[in-house]
Amino acid sequence: MATYKPVVVQTFPKLGERITQDTVYWRGYKTPVQIKEFGAVNKIDFSTVPPYNYAVTASSRIHIYGRYSQEPIKTFSRFKDAAYCATYRDDGNLLVAGSEEGSIRLFDVGGRAPLRQFDGHTKPVHVVGFLSDKYRIFSGGDDYSSALWDIPSATEIISYSEHTDYVRCGCASKVNADVFITGSYDHTVKLFDARTKSSVMTIEHGQPVESVLLFPSGGLLVSAGGRYVKVWDVLKGGQLLVSLKNHHKTVTCLCLNSSGQRLLSGSLDRHVKIYSTTSYKVVHSFNYATSILSLALSPEDETLVVGMTNGVLNVKHRKPEERKEKSQMKRQPAYRPYVKGRTYMPKQEDFCVSKPVKRVLRKYDKLLKSFQSSKALDAVLEPPIRLYTPEVTVAVMQELHRRGTLRSALAGRDEKQINLLLTFVARRVIEPRFTPILVTVADMITDIYQPVVGQSAIVDRQFLKLQEAIGKEIDYQEELLEVLGMMDTLFATFTKKRATYLEENKSNGLIETIETITN
Amino acid sequence: MVAPAALRVVRCGGGTLHGARAVFSADSKYLLCASGDFVKMYSVTTEETLRLMGGHADLVTGIQLNPHNHMQLYSSSLDGTIKLWDFMDGIPIKTFTVGSKLLALYKLASCEDSVFVIIPKSGERDTFQLVSVKLTKGAGQDLEAKELSVVLTGVDASPKCTAFGREGEYVASVKEVNLQVYFFKQKQLNRFSLSTKKTKNGNNHFSCVACHPKEDCIATGHADGKIRLWRNFCHKKEYTFSTLHWHHDIVMDLAFSMEGTNLLSGGVESVLVLWHNESDCQKDFLPRLGSPIEYITMSPDGSLCCTLHKDNRITIINSNLRFSRSIQGLIKSVDVKTGLVVDPRTKALVLNGEPGHLQFYCLQTDQQLFSLDIVQQQYIHQAGLNQTDLVKVAFSAEGKWLATVEEREEETNLELQLKLWFYDEETQSFKLNTRINMPHEDHITGMCFRDMDELEDDSLILVTAGRDCVFKVWVMVEDTDPEAQQSVSWSCDFVGSYHNYQATNCCFSEDGSLLAVSFEETVTVWDSVTWDLKCTFCHPPGKIRNICFGKQTCSKYLIGATDFGFLCCWNLLSCALEWSAHLNVLILQPDPLSEYIAALSWLSKESSLFVFKPNEPQPVYIQRNLGKEKIQFAAFVPRDEPEPVGSEKYLWLRRSQLFFLTDAQELMTLSMKSLEERLTPASKQLAVEESLPVTPFSLLLGKHRRQQSQEDRDLGKLIVHNKHEQESPAVKELLHTPAHVLPSASFLCPIFINSLLISKENKSAEEVTDEVEMESEKTENDSDEERDVTEMEQEDPSPVELLGEMPCKLSKSQEKELRKLRKMDYSWISVF
Repeated sequence: MATYKPVVVQTFPKLGERITQDTVYWRGYKTPVQIKEFGAVNKIDFSTVPPYNYAVTASSRIHIYGRYSQEPIKTFSRFKDAAYCATYRDDGNLLVAGSEEGSIRLFDVGGRAPLRQFDGHTKPVHVVGFLSDKYRIFSGGDDYSSALWDIPSATEIISYSEHTDYVRCGCASKVNADVFITGSYDHTVKLFDARTKSSVMTIEHGQPVESVLLFPSGGLLVSAGGRYVKVWDVLKGGQLLVSLKNHHKTVTCLCLNSSGQRLLSGSLDRHVKIYSTTSYKVVHSFNYATSILSLALSPEDETLVVGMTNGVLNVKHRKPEERKEKSQMKRQPAYRPYVKGRTYMPKQEDFCVSKPVKRVLRKYDKLLKSFQSSKALDAVLEPPIRLYTPEVTVAVMQELHRRGTLRSALAGRDEKQINLLLTFVARRVIEPRFTPILVTVADMITDIYQPVVGQSAIVDRQFLKLQEAIGKEIDYQEELLEVLGMMDTLFATFTKKRATYLEENKSNGLIETIETITN
Repeated sequence: MVAPAALRVVRCGGGTLHGARAVFSADSKYLLCASGDFVKMYSVTTEETLRLMGGHADLVTGIQLNPHNHMQLYSSSLDGTIKLWDFMDGIPIKTFTVGSKLLALYKLASCEDSVFVIIPKSGERDTFQLVSVKLTKGAGQDLEAKELSVVLTGVDASPKCTAFGREGEYVASVKEVNLQVYFFKQKQLNRFSLSTKKTKNGNNHFSCVACHPKEDCIATGHADGKIRLWRNFCHKKEYTFSTLHWHHDIVMDLAFSMEGTNLLSGGVESVLVLWHNESDCQKDFLPRLGSPIEYITMSPDGSLCCTLHKDNRITIINSNLRFSRSIQGLIKSVDVKTGLVVDPRTKALVLNGEPGHLQFYCLQTDQQLFSLDIVQQQYIHQAGLNQTDLVKVAFSAEGKWLATVEEREEETNLELQLKLWFYDEETQSFKLNTRINMPHEDHITGMCFRDMDELEDDSLILVTAGRDCVFKVWVMVEDTDPEAQQSVSWSCDFVGSYHNYQATNCCFSEDGSLLAVSFEETVTVWDSVTWDLKCTFCHPPGKIRNICFGKQTCSKYLIGATDFGFLCCWNLLSCALEWSAHLNVLILQPDPLSEYIAALSWLSKESSLFVFKPNEPQPVYIQRNLGKEKIQFAAFVPRDEPEPVGSEKYLWLRRSQLFFLTDAQELMTLSMKSLEERLTPASKQLAVEESLPVTPFSLLLGKHRRQQSQEDRDLGKLIVHNKHEQESPAVKELLHTPAHVLPSASFLCPIFINSLLISKENKSAEEVTDEVEMESEKTENDSDEERDVTEMEQEDPSPVELLGEMPCKLSKSQEKELRKLRKMDYSWISVF
């Protein structure tokens, strides 16, 4: 003997972007805070020690912001012209920056005046950074050279002039204190070892290199230039691992998240793309108002800061994790009554009475089970179901139609209920998943309530609305067919061979709705 | 050595169970049912079919226990005979020939030597009368029963429309709007009639009647769903009746409980209603019994109740209206649309079961294994509703995937769903994986999986052909997200069409490299990798009805059958017609394990079977006259182990067995064995053992027996051999032949003793016994109905054979002498 089978509510997969763990994670940021800087933001760097302040280089100033501050905590403005690439040392105490006039300045975070100034570059210095031993600085300038500086003595240790164009990006290895990398507009990335007189390795990127990045392990190198982001295996002698082309304008900045599992790239096309470093597929992407020049992610991914060409700094903070305290509100029964009798093993002479499992049915199912069609329809027309889960309402209507009682369930309703029904139908009839059944419902309603048309202004207005909605949809469909016809002529001019495939795409996209129940 | 027995059509399931009310045995352990021409005995506890009693030549219309002997059963049939059975042993005791068609049978305890039957009134059509038949007491099996006395005329033919009241004092019969009650003692006939008014739900015609077992009260069911309780009907005028109304459609059957306190009623709603104290307000329900209730029977002790349903299911219900168990063989569905499909995992036959379900029917035990809910919607038992039904089923090669198509047709729009089910090893059942709404815009006409055992899952392809002029290829898609857990779903990969013709059939070649799709008159062959059209075949005029590829050695052939009665075989290598034959083929069924193909044709009101190999136009086997009914579907079911087949002619039956389903949903097969043999002997044994009363002594004996059997097992081969000896025909004959035809004991003694001996050099003797067994088997096969006749026949050859056996058994001294003789030098003879 079968039990009552509840009404099957057909769920459809959401079209478009699929919700993955990544989307959930990266959507977990609050609405951004916008801070206006004086010029294009060319570098953002986070301090690695709490409270994770960050230095923003824009125009001739370096601003230091606190985690949640809207105003800069501190400003370094001793530059005659533009400052570039303000970078924190690992311990968060020192800050180094290049400048348009060719000098490199070293600041104490606490102080105001520069501690040291390194002169030697003849052209603007766009890239500076600390080596991982903390006592040396590397730099790259528009004079095609890259140099290594000693902090205590403020002298140049070595200078390499191997690039044949501006050096615009660089990065120091975290594993080896002597190794650093520079990328240049001459389409190459060069790996230098401070112990040798020339570069150790040259990698041909193919486009002017805008940004380079080394993985924490030091084994992989990421370079960005043109529309490409390329990943190279350094340990295999600079072999290309993967080439990503997901932006449609120049990629300007790269960044890794704190776990090293995701790679972020920002581009002039206003997008930040997030890649998985295992599959190198885009797992998420952010959209911004203007072209992106720089981006940085704080430790633990708490804050995402993006700098734009129009000088706007966009700061996103992660939402605090919701605590599930609601479950505590409900007092659970004590442990002992809960487990009482659970472990009891029936003896041989005991007579076991099995308790039937109680199935919980929804209200409309209970009513349908007892064949109360009208009440079941009433139950699914209640606001929460009607508004948030229209598929349930439609499923019950379909079930009633299948049972042949839809007409009697729709009949005999007062003005308010007809109004409600018609509002629902007029709103949902254009949704393709509901159309077949709601068209039947609309037919029946017009049939049943034809005699009373003209008696109530509210109902008449709803009928007109329904007519309008259907008319609009018909126009829309006609337009779509026109577009389809145009596309067909276009495709017909392509190869003949592909014709069948195109037909298949059409039928997949427009007509079918495929639902998958994941295992 | 032995000439092959002829193949015959054997019924193996299905048919109609609802010829008559079921009957419980006196101890409520067994249930007896009329099933077609047979009477079936089921065990109530194990749901097994214990016995099949055949002998009637037409439908069995009534069965009743003999009130004076609980081990005996009367059965009546349309062939005009009443048979008395000993149902415990399944032996017919007596056959009474009445002469005219018997439509119902009633037996009362009060009149010992007569039964009541309903027969058509001679000379008038559609008029029936209730007569009492005096069962003559006489020697011999076949008796004439011609002493008929008419009790009532103008009764309804249905056995439900007549009932006997309190200890047989009166009989009540209903027809249309009339109720007539006849009192036997007073010889008084009272007629009551209702006004013929038509209501919304139909008319108030009577549909069934039941009498209270203790009081003077008659319950009648009506076509509009009302139940009326009549009292005081011994007066012509002052009778009263009360009305109970719950059913919304015709009341199919009524039954009073043994004490008469409760009334059970059932109808089309498939709800069993229990009315307490004959009042309208107190009632209990047992809803959703699956299909309309046809008959309700109470067991004699009142502890059980059983309902017979329209779909051949028997439901056994406890006295507290709790569902207990159900006996279900092949469920009869309204319309079998899926055809016969074999589940590769269980080797069960799969077809439409109850509405929206797929039944898995075990051929060996004649039981339903399980029923898979495909549609998952509440079925409403109401006439005139269009409800979703299952139309197509396909299994992947190893039974891992199941594809089903369900449809519901409205006047304007069609609802189609393609569902793909994955076999879950943990729960041992199919789990829904993908549901596709509207896979085609019109009816789906064909569906098949690419059958490839050896390849991996990703080669699995499903093809559906639809009337919307396309065929679609569905493939499995794996979820690409590396972090998410692995999951697969199905999606469309390719859509093909051919000149905007409707696609009608599809089928893959054995190696899966080619797909054949028939489009009306044309068969197209596609490459299954690139989906390019390779070639087309057609045989105008006439649309293609069936197509299939040859298997194994004949895999280069494609067979097609057309509407205009042609069977064509195309060679795929030369792309030319190899041969064609004029044959109106309804079903084309290839054997999955061999190259044989069965074609079932319908020629001038009878079905014929042709079995052929695609490489030769001459059929291997032809069986004409498969039965009067049209055959709907056929399927080859692989055998567990190849059966030894004697002749070349039956080689096609070696690996698989052919089953087919007729229009009346009877499952038939071609077999060399008769049905009695096919029933497992174990169940018969069980029946006998179960019928033994459990006494302390029998328990003791049982323990002893078990010990003995264990010892036997320990002793091993020797004993087994010995057992075999015991079953030798000599002993059998000795035990089974009636004493009065046996030869003298002195003659039998040496034979018996010999048969018990474990001879060392009895090789020849064994061979002889083997031969005897084979021979006897053959004779059994030849015998159609009369088992006792064959037994008589068997008697003759065996003593002769046994006599022939005698010389082989030489004593040792004689043997020595013989050897000496052989060793002797006879060379001196040649000198002369």
